[in-house]
Amino acid sequence: MGLQIVVLAKQVPDTRNVGKDAMKADGTVNRAALPAIFNPEDLNALEQALRLKDKHEGSTVTILTMGPGRAAEIIRESLYRGADNGFLLTDRAFAGSDTLATSYAISCAIKNFPKVDLIICGRQAIDGDTAQVGPQVAQKLGLPQITYAEEILDLKKDVITVKRRLEKGVEVVEGKLPMVVTVNGSAPDCRPRNAKMVMKFKHAKTVSEKQEGNQDYTELFDTHPYLNITEWSVNDIKSDADWLGLKGSPTKVKTIESVVFQTKESKKLTADDFDIESLMRELIANHTIG
Amino acid sequence: MNNIAVYLEIEEGIVADVSLELLTKGRSLAHQLKCKLEAIAIGSGLNNIAPQVFPYGVDILFLVDDKRLYPYTSMPHTSVLVKLFSEEKPQIALMGATSIGRDLGPRVSSALFSGLTADCTSLEIGDYEEKKEGKVFKNLLYQIRPAFGGNIVATIVNPEHRPQMATVREGVMKKEVFDKNHKGEIKKLDVKNYVPDTDFVVKVIERHMEKSKVNIKGSPIVISGGYGMGSRENFDLLFNFASVIGAEVGASRAAVDAGFADHERQIGQTGVTVRPKLYIACGISGQIQHIAGMQESSMIIAINNDPLAPINAIADYVITGNVEEVIPKMIKYYKKNSK
Repeated sequence: MGLQIVVLAKQVPDTRNVGKDAMKADGTVNRAALPAIFNPEDLNALEQALRLKDKHEGSTVTILTMGPGRAAEIIRESLYRGADNGFLLTDRAFAGSDTLATSYAISCAIKNFPKVDLIICGRQAIDGDTAQVGPQVAQKLGLPQITYAEEILDLKKDVITVKRRLEKGVEVVEGKLPMVVTVNGSAPDCRPRNAKMVMKFKHAKTVSEKQEGNQDYTELFDTHPYLNITEWSVNDIKSDADWLGLKGSPTKVKTIESVVFQTKESKKLTADDFDIESLMRELIANHTIG
Repeated sequence: MNNIAVYLEIEEGIVADVSLELLTKGRSLAHQLKCKLEAIAIGSGLNNIAPQVFPYGVDILFLVDDKRLYPYTSMPHTSVLVKLFSEEKPQIALMGATSIGRDLGPRVSSALFSGLTADCTSLEIGDYEEKKEGKVFKNLLYQIRPAFGGNIVATIVNPEHRPQMATVREGVMKKEVFDKNHKGEIKKLDVKNYVPDTDFVVKVIERHMEKSKVNIKGSPIVISGGYGMGSRENFDLLFNFASVIGAEVGASRAAVDAGFADHERQIGQTGVTVRPKLYIACGISGQIQHIAGMQESSMIIAINNDPLAPINAIADYVITGNVEEVIPKMIKYYKKNSK
């Protein structure tokens, strides 16, 4: 029996390697200075989905992402690694969404799919670290959830067994499909790109991307329909405008400040024996150590 | 009504530190807002919860006791909070930013359409002016949290929806007994009225919880390694030093991500917050996300190759040099002078 698996993924600024030019003088974030990457835990999620596809013949892995046009990059990246197709949810109507409005839009988009057995996503995205969208999508779809998954151990008929990695231990849980699973960074890394898939999908594009290019690809896309990355706007999902974007976001940002720490007058030392010995003597004398 | 509610995390009958820290914060917020502090315990065998939480100033303790409610699973605990919050209408609801709170909070907020702010580092009360409509909201909860890898701090408010929900990590707030003789009221709720049987769909079939062996939070001296340590083997140098001077070993996010140290040792916004009397930062450049978790240390020593490492700005002593060279010398001269 084939499984219909949807992987939720997000393109994020790489906040892990923030350089000195990442902040503008006015204290706002200079997004242009941060490279856009595939959210790391979403790649762990994709790997879990691909492993299920390997084991269960006839399964389909679909990538769904919400974001600006360039987020199609992570859909291509997923296709290169073995996903079957991708959907980009993109519209100005979604701008300013907090996690709740984001979850609402995503859950409406998921309802477009005729059958979904499993929704898998990263536990959290590195630009916000909130870990909220997975459980909120589950709630909006009325589905149960298993968060902090490290490995999907087994899936038989409609029962899924999952190992969870928690702060203070591990848990093995089981539940019935359909289900939402969020995957930890401690899960196995995603497989690399597959050269054949890269050849097959390198021209995969959204409608907007096709319009940007100067070349006419019409014929290519007619003869190779799998190269079409579907783009959905707000008109393609059944949603209530009151629940979308800024309007659908109960949380408001009051202020944003850049972080400034109180600097101290520090004493400069070298690695010389004399410096280190005097320091240790001082620390012992004032009972900081010992 | 319109009180402050704290969800209690319970492991084997013991209320988690993070919940007691939130009760401490909740007590002071309740004073400021002149409302009551409520605590909610959901689990099995809860007879011993009241004496653990009343000293923290809890006015009303809700108990929902059923053997199916422990260990924690998402849907039954969600159902209790959603219904209880609809009845009690708390203005603020707090829970730990743990694997339980971060599983439960989003689900509850989604069901109630109330905003939730994850991993707050500070909670304050203040007003908010909605400039477009010229409306002023009084006494909102300022939910203050880092964003963008810690490079900015955002103050979030939920003007129109209740409860205002926030999660806070363990160790961020201080735990303080309010009055050891304080007694509150206990209200027992019948699980049948709160949780439909259909909620018990996920079963825990195996569970290994370890009492954390690492106690970075409580250690008076913390020796911490960063990406500059270069390898997991080099961390042995720090463990060695720690055993000599009686310290605990911590790590920066970069070192944990690189596999040099275990996650439970991570210090910073996405790890533990520490306030030791001495903090020794080894090979740590000092990303904001790390500094936020250790800046309140009484004394900071930074050991780094780079004389311009950002961490030097907040250090009391800056040793410019190789960690591999400096640490053995520190051990040697400690041993020589400590007798």
